[in-house]
Amino acid sequence: MKFVLSDEQAMFGATLRKLLAEAGTPKAIRAWAAGDAAPGRALWSAVAETGVFALAVPEEFGGAGLLPVELVVAMEELGRAAVPGPYVETLAAAELLGESPWLRRIAEGAAVVSLAVPHALDADAADLVLTLDGVERAAGERVTSLDPARRLFRVPEGGGFTGFGALLCAAQQIGLGRALLDVSVEYAKTRRQFGRPIGEYQAVKHHLASALVELEFARPLVYGAALSYGTPDFARDVSAAKVAASEASYGAAKTALQVHGAIGYTDEYDPSLWIRKARALYAAWGSVSEHRARVMAAL
Amino acid sequence: MDLGFGAADEEFRADVRAWLREHVPAEPLPSLETAAGFAAHRGWERALGAARLGVVSWPAEYGGRGASALRWLIFEEEYYAAGAPGRVSANGINLLAPTLLKHGTAGQLARVLPPMAAGEVIWAQAWSEPGAGSDLAGLRSTATRTDGGWLLDGQKTWSSRAAFADRGFGLFRSDPEAERHRGLTYLMFPLDADGVTVRPIGRLDGKPAFAELFLDGVFVPDEDVIGDPGDGWRVAMATAGNERGLTLRSPGRFTAAAERLVALWKERADPSDTALRDRVADAWIRSRAYRLKGFETISRDDDIGSESSLNKVFWSELDVALHETALDLLGPDGELESDWLENYVFSLAGPIYAGTNEIQRNVIAERLLNLPRGSR
Repeated sequence: MKFVLSDEQAMFGATLRKLLAEAGTPKAIRAWAAGDAAPGRALWSAVAETGVFALAVPEEFGGAGLLPVELVVAMEELGRAAVPGPYVETLAAAELLGESPWLRRIAEGAAVVSLAVPHALDADAADLVLTLDGVERAAGERVTSLDPARRLFRVPEGGGFTGFGALLCAAQQIGLGRALLDVSVEYAKTRRQFGRPIGEYQAVKHHLASALVELEFARPLVYGAALSYGTPDFARDVSAAKVAASEASYGAAKTALQVHGAIGYTDEYDPSLWIRKARALYAAWGSVSEHRARVMAAL
Repeated sequence: MDLGFGAADEEFRADVRAWLREHVPAEPLPSLETAAGFAAHRGWERALGAARLGVVSWPAEYGGRGASALRWLIFEEEYYAAGAPGRVSANGINLLAPTLLKHGTAGQLARVLPPMAAGEVIWAQAWSEPGAGSDLAGLRSTATRTDGGWLLDGQKTWSSRAAFADRGFGLFRSDPEAERHRGLTYLMFPLDADGVTVRPIGRLDGKPAFAELFLDGVFVPDEDVIGDPGDGWRVAMATAGNERGLTLRSPGRFTAAAERLVALWKERADPSDTALRDRVADAWIRSRAYRLKGFETISRDDDIGSESSLNKVFWSELDVALHETALDLLGPDGELESDWLENYVFSLAGPIYAGTNEIQRNVIAERLLNLPRGSR
């Protein structure tokens, strides 16, 4: 029993966090939304150099073996920075494919893969679009998401999700939610009304404290599910994690919106990039009611 | 990362389970908040103590087994899964004992802990006063110096278990000139001493779960002062952190209740009622979250400090939601006397005691998120 990250795992997360913070993702997110994939692809390559994609690929295909805990660490950081692109989809595709010539390319960061679950995320930037049966598909018409950095395409044969993808999405949501909480706390310390920082008011404090409670108790479920990968409890545990991460992350987004007031409701202010993504991911990789039903079915 | 248990831990679990299977009363004991129930629960505490299962984490010399934090969590899981009686000794074990272990003298430890572990002496807390609830530092009961000890005067209230317990512990103002957190002293006193009047208070369902204490020149010898006179606030805060951390409400309590809720849902629910199903799922998910958080806590090398406030908010709100869901599953039978109802009434006090959840959220905001303290 040792339910904390090893020093190595923590350092891996810190490295990614630093890299993404220094890269400054908002510009890449906005470019990605506008159809300019170049800054996003540059980030993809930088992330690949840290070895993230290899974590979902077995050693015989050039990967590091499938390492769910390390992947959760990575996805938490990618979520914190709201990095655009089909990271979850590509990593989930690697797990789905099992063996395929694509694995070597995925491990190197040379392949961007989209999965139709049911819509294909960023299919226009992808080298390959798959459905869950592993069959390559052509992306159909573009549909518009609340989050413009999620460029979605219809795929008639699309649908479903995988537990592994839901796990990675949940990890991403934890990071996203924590970033939203942190930016809201900073805002509450500096924004003044009635002659004092709004963070002095208990009404504001309690919103932020509740958001922290939800995030802090969702995270262990996500890591617990990572440890269940490959056991009969995985479906139950990953659904529990996805419910908690969705609620905590979306809850943090609503708190962020309320604490920021009108400025948070604007397109030009960067936290809105996170807020929109939080709402979109809430229902991605299985809705909360599907996941609650899966938990109950397993009990 | 590893969520596995070692073979020795599994063996410990099996031993505890076997003992509980043999000893847990087949019929639930009457409510511990009644005179008859309290007596029955004292008997149960003595049985636990005789098996050195009252406080497994204490050193053997005080009646424990020197068990690790992980084994204590395992014990608690087994205890509540077995449907064992509520712990009438909880105030002493969870609040007083940690303070003694940190600030008590060797003599105090030897005198107080073994009878506590054996279930021979049951303790009640005496924190709040009519004018000092969330603002505990506003307390006004006094301890006045006298030959060989102190004389206690004043009034304490919401004193859990005091209606039937043997001894109490709490903070008293020993320096009348000092204000707020200064000049307070932590003392232990007998509830049957001359000058103590205990007036039981009926809780929401009428059961005397707590009491008012009127103290009129109650003598306490020096040996029953914990820590230095005047240093009581600092001494007591060692307990406060514990109260909000894992010890007051261990994860096993909620995982067991959630399993029973799932069983009740299978037995009673209309499967098409997905709104109720989702609430059952959430109770189960949150009990698992608290369990995993517990494993995280004991895996860390550092003290969780103010993070204990996260726990207190989480478990107390989970407890209410879980029992509300059970009552809703029972429908019109929900208001009828049952273990679910007893535990529901108990759960309603959770967001209030041990520091209200409003105070906890202030602590979270100010000490964990570093928001400015400001005015209240």
